[in-house]
Amino acid sequence: MTRVPVAEGIFTGLADDPELIGSRCTDCGIVTFPAQDSCPRCASTAMAEHRLARRGRLWAWTVQDFPPPSPPYTGPSGRDFVPFGVGYVELADEVKVESRLTVADPDALHIGMEMELVLVPFRTNDDGDEVVTFAFRPVNGEDDTA
Amino acid sequence: MTSQTDVAIVGVGLHPFGRFPGVSGIDMGAIAIRRALADAGVAWRDIQFAFGGSYEVDNPDAVVALLGLTGIPFTDVYNGCATAASALTLAANTIRLGDHDLGIAVGMDKHIPGAFSADPRLYACPSWYGEVGQFVTTKFFGMKINKYMHDYGISHATLAKVAAKNYRNGVLNPNAFRRKPLSEEEILGSPMLNYPLTQYMFCSPDEGAAAVVLCRAEHAHRYTDSPIYLRATTVRTRRLGAFEVHSPWLPLEETVGPTVDASRAAFETAGIGPEDVDVIQLQDTDAGAEVIHLAENGFCADGDQEALVADGALEIGGSLPVNTDGGLIANGEPIGASGLRQVHEVVLQLRGRAGERQVPGAPKVGYTQLYGAPGTAGVSILSV
Repeated sequence: MTRVPVAEGIFTGLADDPELIGSRCTDCGIVTFPAQDSCPRCASTAMAEHRLARRGRLWAWTVQDFPPPSPPYTGPSGRDFVPFGVGYVELADEVKVESRLTVADPDALHIGMEMELVLVPFRTNDDGDEVVTFAFRPVNGEDDTA
Repeated sequence: MTSQTDVAIVGVGLHPFGRFPGVSGIDMGAIAIRRALADAGVAWRDIQFAFGGSYEVDNPDAVVALLGLTGIPFTDVYNGCATAASALTLAANTIRLGDHDLGIAVGMDKHIPGAFSADPRLYACPSWYGEVGQFVTTKFFGMKINKYMHDYGISHATLAKVAAKNYRNGVLNPNAFRRKPLSEEEILGSPMLNYPLTQYMFCSPDEGAAAVVLCRAEHAHRYTDSPIYLRATTVRTRRLGAFEVHSPWLPLEETVGPTVDASRAAFETAGIGPEDVDVIQLQDTDAGAEVIHLAENGFCADGDQEALVADGALEIGGSLPVNTDGGLIANGEPIGASGLRQVHEVVLQLRGRAGERQVPGAPKVGYTQLYGAPGTAGVSILSV
């Protein structure tokens, strides 16, 4: 099965360690995710690509316990829907990224826990390819069987 | 800035909130307007201008087909959950500018059931953000209150108590959508939607309309013996660093949300403080939002809500009566009308005509607040 990204230009590493692709304002230094062409702080248009750190700490979280409205959601729905965690992971000196989490059990999530970037299966497309998206999982062997 | 005591509200009208098969949003808007006109004792032909707010109705001004084609300037407004606050602000400013003396602000909506949705690109978000299931407003509210509970020691029981209070107030409001009391156990036991928020802690999109007749303050006694003065109306949007809905990322720097900015500006304009307010309407998209907004609007310090709720301070007879008509939780949210429903309730309370849900002690100052995607807030302060 071929693995394809959910969108182009938001992460690297289908074959090896993934990285999120953000941007950095060369005038004021703010980091954004995903990359954008203009700066939300100083309005500069001098934005450069910036690969984000792969590890950070959980800053806020919840669990998506119901299938999101579709459209725009294209993942599993109805009986195939599986709740997933969502949170912001603070990457030191860079940015807070909102991401799917590999854990959906409230008892296994807490603010401040260390997380790392992974790619996870999201859905199968019409060509039979496995569409993958990015997620953060707990570091140090915390259970991710949710 | 000078205090804005130059505009008065002389009439309010409401089409009940809920589900009304066969009744269009425009129909509901016309009914709300007729009730507001009757309340003010004026005719539609007396109205010199109008602002109409809606999400679902493309042209609220089409309501003139049901009221009279009088040729007035009628401007349609959409500004997310702050739509009604924007219509009210623009209507008040039209009087302040001296353009006209008597006008109306109306809001109307008729949403399909279920969580709001849209194309993420319309919110300056990438398509994949919606595709993977993160373009969900309720998820933001779950994250915000979950973090707030962690930071300030708010309990799950407090969320249930706030929701139960709003359902209880809805029982006393004949115009409310939800008029059945729900126990804290039922609220905590309903399906989890976005931890820690359960189904019965959320409001629902629904249908309804509300209208407010405004005039130059010195003319108010031509229309009513009990004018309510609009002391301030403000609208603000998020600044960089605020924790806001539909944000694929946030910067490391942090600042307060647009509600705090709108609230501070409104109090400054009105020349009064939170301690002067007797009746409060807050955006309770969910029970957690009411808890957070109580502090964001200056009515308590972060974390004080736990004790205030336990002591019954937010009840109709409490020291800080909040959402006396049941708020969004009992009324639902027809976006264009929601903020004018808040104003309608405050006007009834300040007139002393809120019936079974009347705040005791002759309240003199009322407060309303709206908040919604993509980070927009509106506040108004009213007084006798």
